[in-house]
Amino acid sequence: MTQATRTLTIGAIAVVIAALLPLFLSKYQVGLATEVLIFGILAMSIDILAGYAGRTSLGHGAIFGVSTYVVIYLVSEGMSPVAALGLGILASTFVASIFALLAVRTSGVYFLLLTLALGMIVWGICLRWTQVTGGENGLRGDIRPEALYDHKLFYWVVLAATAVLSLAIWRFVRSPFGLTLRGIRDSESRMRSLGYNVPLHLFIGFTVSGFFAGVAGGIYAFFNNFVSPSTVALAQSVEGLLMTIVGGVGTLFGSFVGAAAIITLENIVSSHTERWQTVLGLTFILIMILAPEGIVGKARVLIERVRRSKS
Amino acid sequence: MDRRQFLKSTGAGAALIGLGSAPWQKALAQEGPIKIGLLAPLTGVVASGGREMVEGTQFFFESIKNTVAGRKIELIIEDDASNPDTALQKARRLVEQSNVNWLIGNLLANTGLAVANYVKGTGTPYFIPIIAADDLTQRHGIRNVVRVAGYSASQFTRPLADWALKQGYKRIATISQDYTFGHEQCGGLAQTFTEGGGTIVQQFWHPLNTADFSPYLGQIANMKVDAVFAMETGADATRLIQQYASFGLKGKIPLLGAMNATDQSVIRTLGDECEGIISPAHFAEGSDNPTTQKFVADYTAKFGKTPSLYGFSMYSGAMWVSKAMEAMAGKIENRDLFIDTVMKTQLADSPLGKTVRLDEFGNPIYDVYIRKVVKRPDGKFWNVPIETYPSVSQFWRFDPATYLKQPAYSRTFQGIKKG
Repeated sequence: MTQATRTLTIGAIAVVIAALLPLFLSKYQVGLATEVLIFGILAMSIDILAGYAGRTSLGHGAIFGVSTYVVIYLVSEGMSPVAALGLGILASTFVASIFALLAVRTSGVYFLLLTLALGMIVWGICLRWTQVTGGENGLRGDIRPEALYDHKLFYWVVLAATAVLSLAIWRFVRSPFGLTLRGIRDSESRMRSLGYNVPLHLFIGFTVSGFFAGVAGGIYAFFNNFVSPSTVALAQSVEGLLMTIVGGVGTLFGSFVGAAAIITLENIVSSHTERWQTVLGLTFILIMILAPEGIVGKARVLIERVRRSKS
Repeated sequence: MDRRQFLKSTGAGAALIGLGSAPWQKALAQEGPIKIGLLAPLTGVVASGGREMVEGTQFFFESIKNTVAGRKIELIIEDDASNPDTALQKARRLVEQSNVNWLIGNLLANTGLAVANYVKGTGTPYFIPIIAADDLTQRHGIRNVVRVAGYSASQFTRPLADWALKQGYKRIATISQDYTFGHEQCGGLAQTFTEGGGTIVQQFWHPLNTADFSPYLGQIANMKVDAVFAMETGADATRLIQQYASFGLKGKIPLLGAMNATDQSVIRTLGDECEGIISPAHFAEGSDNPTTQKFVADYTAKFGKTPSLYGFSMYSGAMWVSKAMEAMAGKIENRDLFIDTVMKTQLADSPLGKTVRLDEFGNPIYDVYIRKVVKRPDGKFWNVPIETYPSVSQFWRFDPATYLKQPAYSRTFQGIKKG
């Protein structure tokens, strides 16, 4: 069995298990599971850059939220949900391409700071452009199409979308283009001397990643029926990045594990103690010490070790 | 077992225990206790107010021994983290997982609006003693969202404007935090004041958490205004009042404040600089009304501090809804009837001191006090009523239908009458 077929098999099994979940979970838990899927896509889009191009973005929360804003605004203005979703994703992709233009020539901590600053600009606009964005009160509306009111049905639709998107991202990072990104991650100067147009590759990589973040943001609009500046705030970008890291940078599907871990922790711990942020912080520190390669990354290492000790 | 192995197995064990104790249990059936979901910001920027909200609510339910009409009260407290997304998430949890009969709470307008939008779909009764956003009981009112013991933002600044006109003030400058709560409070004042013949000389809007007010105070000093109106909450209010005094403006230009600017949560840490500030409110902890005095004394004895707007409003709000539950003999499962009963309930014997009722939009009609910050014999400060405006509704003297045709107050629309 090649690695590709193995990944696909595991993926298919995961989707089947995920599809059965609503039969066992309460309505609220299905809501949480839906959120895990949505944020999993966001974390995956961050992983495209962080794991495969070696660029850690702190602006993806903003890209994600732009789509949320556009979708809620347009549907409230009477546009059809599908068209609004399309335009929302387009808006996010466009914002991502502008971010990309400005950021691709930097790397490391400079890339981090630049994307952070760009994200803050989006946040500032959402906070101050009150006529359109509703200022800090945000935008509200009952925008989810009636056919998807049922929480289980909505979950399955999101799951189907997630499966397709995951497959697309997986194909993308394994394509020759994705391999080039990995080359850039490992040695930019070597790729340049081999004749690759490094900035162009990074630009496209960033824009594609923004596209996926936009899809997640658009779906989030229908999930939440509400958006405020906190959706585009730095904290959102950080949370997305944390999910990527907890799941394992460069593992792609680890993003879902990370999203599940963080969302469940947040929701369970915060109901028991108001010091939940301390608990979260300690958990992250423990993960960083015991499994710096993330949960899925660590699992892979362990499986590999077991296999090697057998042979 | 080496150390590494030990760490791994311990970690895995701890994780398993965590999963096992998680509240995955199915929700309980409707019979049994009345479940109440309290949403309050226990972390984040307004956490101190949130804590007082919890205190006030618990204080009331303890006073009735956590029982209404023979049914036990089960209060479930969730932290909204001062964040609308978290508030929404927690509201979902309380409604879908804990199956609460009704929700109460939230402090920041954006958290309240997010939860209100959610309960619009579920029909869960939601009570908002603190959320002041005008439109929740005006242009975008929701039937099952009722502002028991709360007030809409522009409700109290209108009598204040009227009072200012009576003092002979002609020119007022406003300084306010730049967000909806500020826009609405200033709008109420600006509209009534200008329609009564006064002039709003200038309006300053500053971001939340402004450390230095000298750019604004420097300009105000030279504007020849008769009074200054300040709409500030929390630490901004503290800083503005302090800097107003250190700029030498205290005593020269009268300072008028929004209710929250001279709330106990602000002035309990202040000294002489807060003396004499005028503000309008439905509650004055320094009132000589015996019911109010008893509440203030009991609260102070229990928590070691004079009750603030947060503690007081949640106490009265919980009391209001409980009166309605009593009237229904605790059978509140019929939500329509429950909302109707709450809307009809008149609240007597509350710390407000007077009987209050709701208007048809679910916002209370109050006798509004004009209060002055006065030093008590023990050296602390509190708000003492100096004048009362009877039966002030959220529409002041406007006709509701006409009033609702004008846009909501914002930075660009303050209702200022031209000429």
